Amino acid sequence: MSMSVGVPLELATGILVLWFLWAPVSLLGTRFPHLVRGFFPISAGAAFTLSIAGFMALTHAPMTMTLPLGLPSLPFHLRLDPLSGFFLILFGATTCAIALYLTGYRHREGYPVELRIGFSFHILLASIVLIFLADDVYVFMLSWELMAVSSYFLVVTDHHTEVVRKAGFLYLLIEHIGALAIMVAFAIMRAHASQGVGMGYTFHALHKATLSVDQAGLVFFLMLLGFGAKAGLLPLHVWLPEAHPVAPSPVSALLSSVLLKLGIYGLLRVLFDLLPAPMGWWGLVALVLGLVTALFGAIASAVQNDMKRLLAYSSVENIGLITAGLGLALLFMAHDMRTLAALALAATLYHCINHAFFKGLLFLGAGSVLHATGERHIGRLGGLIRRMPLTALLMLVGTLALAGVPPLNGFVSEWLLLQAFLGATAFSQPYLNMGVPLGAALIALVAGLAAYVMVKFYGIIFLGRPRESTLQNAVDAGPWERAGMAVLAALCVALGLLPTTVMHLLHPTIAFLMGAHAPQALHLTPGLLIAPLAVRDATYLPMAVLGVMTLIGVVAFVAVRRLFLRRMRRARPWNCGYPVLSAQMQDSAEGFGQPIQHIFATFLRLRRVVPVPEDAAPFYESVVEDPLWYVLYLPIMRAVGKVSVAAGLLRHRKIAIYLLYSFVTLIALLVFAS
Amino acid sequence: MPPFTQVINMLAALFLLVAFAMLSQRRIVNLINLYAIQGLILALSISVVAYGTHQNHLYWSAALNGLLKVCVVPVLLHRLVRTLKVAWDPESLVRIPTVMLLGLALVIFAFHVSLPIAGLARTVNHDTLGVALASIFLSFLMMILRTTAISQVIGFLALENGLIFAATSVTYGMPMVIELGIALDVIVGVLIFGVFSFHIRAQFDSLDLRHMERRDE
Amino acid sequence: MNRATLGLQGLQLILCVAAAPLLIGWVGLCRAWFANRSGAGVLQPYRVLKKLFAKTPVVAHDASPLFLATPYIIFAATALAGASVPMISAARPLTDAADVITLAGLFILTRIFTALAAMDIGTAFGSMGARREMLVGFLAEPALLMVLFTPALISHSTSLTVIVQHLTASSPILYPSMAFAAAAYVMVLLAENGRIPIDNPGTHLELTMIHEALNLEYSGRYLALIEWTTAMKLFVYMSIGVALFIPWGIPRHGGLAHLPWALVLFCAKLCIGGIALAFLETILAKMRLFRVPEFLGTAFMLAVLGLLLRFLLRR
Repeated sequence: MSMSVGVPLELATGILVLWFLWAPVSLLGTRFPHLVRGFFPISAGAAFTLSIAGFMALTHAPMTMTLPLGLPSLPFHLRLDPLSGFFLILFGATTCAIALYLTGYRHREGYPVELRIGFSFHILLASIVLIFLADDVYVFMLSWELMAVSSYFLVVTDHHTEVVRKAGFLYLLIEHIGALAIMVAFAIMRAHASQGVGMGYTFHALHKATLSVDQAGLVFFLMLLGFGAKAGLLPLHVWLPEAHPVAPSPVSALLSSVLLKLGIYGLLRVLFDLLPAPMGWWGLVALVLGLVTALFGAIASAVQNDMKRLLAYSSVENIGLITAGLGLALLFMAHDMRTLAALALAATLYHCINHAFFKGLLFLGAGSVLHATGERHIGRLGGLIRRMPLTALLMLVGTLALAGVPPLNGFVSEWLLLQAFLGATAFSQPYLNMGVPLGAALIALVAGLAAYVMVKFYGIIFLGRPRESTLQNAVDAGPWERAGMAVLAALCVALGLLPTTVMHLLHPTIAFLMGAHAPQALHLTPGLLIAPLAVRDATYLPMAVLGVMTLIGVVAFVAVRRLFLRRMRRARPWNCGYPVLSAQMQDSAEGFGQPIQHIFATFLRLRRVVPVPEDAAPFYESVVEDPLWYVLYLPIMRAVGKVSVAAGLLRHRKIAIYLLYSFVTLIALLVFAS
Repeated sequence: MPPFTQVINMLAALFLLVAFAMLSQRRIVNLINLYAIQGLILALSISVVAYGTHQNHLYWSAALNGLLKVCVVPVLLHRLVRTLKVAWDPESLVRIPTVMLLGLALVIFAFHVSLPIAGLARTVNHDTLGVALASIFLSFLMMILRTTAISQVIGFLALENGLIFAATSVTYGMPMVIELGIALDVIVGVLIFGVFSFHIRAQFDSLDLRHMERRDE
Repeated sequence: MNRATLGLQGLQLILCVAAAPLLIGWVGLCRAWFANRSGAGVLQPYRVLKKLFAKTPVVAHDASPLFLATPYIIFAATALAGASVPMISAARPLTDAADVITLAGLFILTRIFTALAAMDIGTAFGSMGARREMLVGFLAEPALLMVLFTPALISHSTSLTVIVQHLTASSPILYPSMAFAAAAYVMVLLAENGRIPIDNPGTHLELTMIHEALNLEYSGRYLALIEWTTAMKLFVYMSIGVALFIPWGIPRHGGLAHLPWALVLFCAKLCIGGIALAFLETILAKMRLFRVPEFLGTAFMLAVLGLLLRFLLRR
């Protein structure tokens, strides 16, 4: 252990060790189930402590620690700086809620999933913390692999089903393609790091590496590929909609809230901390990629009928928005517009933490619904607001947050992002000047689509009449589950109403990311009014919005009651006088998404089975698929298949041919060597 | 900015707006009315240029344009439409949102093209050159995407509108001779179009150009 | 924030809430005149509201608390939006709370709650209305945001106060990009408020209309609040249009001295706006529902073009 270790780093390392030690113990799950289940609240407490450590790290100078683990001449380096601190806060708060949820979670009757996942879960948590704390390539890649493998085991918890195994395999495959790209990029950087063999792999040494413009560009591309595969950017997003639905719901929540942010963390760490000043085209590539991903994710989520696939594609959309903000920040930095870069970074980080909270909440709620009803398909749900009122209320908060509605938190990050886009009118290049407001147009379109998707999601699941008779057996979520969801809902509301507090918290991270020439920072106002650039330019006061709305609502309510009190009378639904009312008369899930499918038909691929009029048993099915499978992945698979068939020509049954190969190779080597 | 240039800029924006509106129209009658409005804007802009640069011959040009393009030609076209009984909607070959996107791209391209030209001459009003070029592109696009002969004629006339707008507001004036020459070309072209329209309809019983294309196969 | 501005703010809120049905009545009267009928009178909406408030609300058995709370929520949100728009004075305390993006956000809030409440009872009409409402919304909100961005870019601020103050500054300048934005704004106004050619506010046919399907299950005081909210929404939209495109006459700073003149001018502008709206509704025909995305897409493109022109014409 070496010097300058602060309390937060020690705390974080301690919790890390705790989780690593607990994981093998939880393998005794079958013998001592209550012990294992009882540890989850302790994990929640540990996660909460971790976020406190993250808070402390924001105001502290960066702390380092060297552990003598690992190989003899390659010790572990750990560092806790404001960027790690921010992500630790994100991770800690979300994991606290998820662990609380897990305490009471029962996957199916008699199927103790939380005992099965106890081992992998804690290893995963520990490896995520290690990724955030990593200060050299060795620890980073080691914990990255650990995270990949443990999350794979979590995803394939239900490994008896083939769909689950295939989804897990796809997840692992794309994960490793990304890891390979990251490793190659780190190798390129390492090759140009100036220090000696032993220490050249620390982030500190990489920070000082001198790369030519082309090499930096190559590193950027590889990192975008690698971390983008983790985060879920196009075209490597295909694992997301497969892996999220098949995993148990708390695991899906962790995947969506935290694991995707690992990709963003990696991009931030590499592009802002390790690489030298960014080129202009980096920001443009990231911005365009982010916008395309966001648009595709939004369109695809509108036509999904599986609860969790819808949320998965919605995660793709939000990651696209985060990447667009990141690209915008890079673009601003390349053009030396530092205040706007800080604003774009603020929007990116704020949206990261917002998405973690509201997406985690939505996945946990989906888990409760799935547990209560056994249905994942939206078209077989309905009317759950009467059977599960508390879950419905908490999910309403999450739905409104995702739709970007004031005064909740989703709106604040969208507001900041739009302000950053609008501020981009001072570029020297006219095309950038024109192009950036077009980006704002796309973001507005994506926000509109997100609202559509959320109305579909909430309306078909919770409102209306139950579409299946089994739904009347649904019961509300248990107390632990409600506690987990309530934590996240409260955080959503808090982050929406107190944006200035969050901006004060983000400020050290932004200053750290912008580097040595930190700008005269964003205008940080005290109190409740957020005004990032200048009070004249743009302001938003969510407390006033909420306050005035509540005031007007209460006044209206009281006035109407006093002046015109008529007792409300309950009766059958009017339904325009039509006497028959059945649940099948409502919109189905496919029906609600049909307008989007019709308008954006070019972005999707539709497979339909349509009955003919003479059918005795008519059957209609429409499946919307991801076009990237057919455009990119299947052709690559076919090409690989063809290459392997061609390579198979080298195989013969005769031993003589193999001996001939060895002989020819020997002769050839001798010829070339001489 | 001096008010004179502001008014020209505003008229240029309205000109482009009308060109866009023509692009997204389905009915021929509306197209003719939009063409009349475009002619009115053109006449107004020529008068403003005449007032601002004190070139009296432009007043004659404005009067001529106004008379022809707002009164004579639209009335003739309406009469033609009634005679030919062309009452159906001109269907675009491509869907309207795609058409609008193409139009947007063309506008950006037109401004990209006009950027270096502005650097050359001092008297060129760079902004309106871009707009005029964009409206020429849009009328061309309209001609390509329409399937009825009459709407192609109107596209051609709108093209000529754009040319005259470019000439007068960008360079603040155009020799009368050139303008009369262009007008003569257009009159001849329209006459030929009109004659051909009657012949096409007599031959195919329809003015839909797809019939003509199919005939060649 | 002193007593005068607070009072002005309260006056504007009351104006928005109280005068909104008057605007609807005026538009209805103009439409009747254009159709050569004698209309029902400009106070008719008030009589309708009074009738509805006095009736017993009949609500379905399984209506959830969301259904019952929605009329109050959307009433409050739209009233707040009305209080944030500069009508009789540019500087008010609430301008710090809400800028153009927040305004669009409040409209999204209204739309989402209306759609959710429509889906609550579970009839075919409700979900159909919700689907159509969200379809119009997801295309109209981006167009609205783009239209609002054009003056925001011109004034380098997204606060409506600053925009109005900038646009009414010393010499009136003609902005070509505002011409496009105005055309797009008219289209968005027609779409979002359910006027012809998107939806016919005068009928009560649920199958072809959007707004009727959403209100089908409401009655009594709930329906009255929803009708009032619809009137306020039109009022707010027209005031936004007036503030952006004909802002001359709005006092730049609060102050009771300018109040009577500002009030008179504002009412005059709204009257003319009502006549223009009635004229548009008379000459246009309602379009088929599947043409609505094209209509709104055109509005979106026009707004984006206006934004582009801002850069292309003003170096």
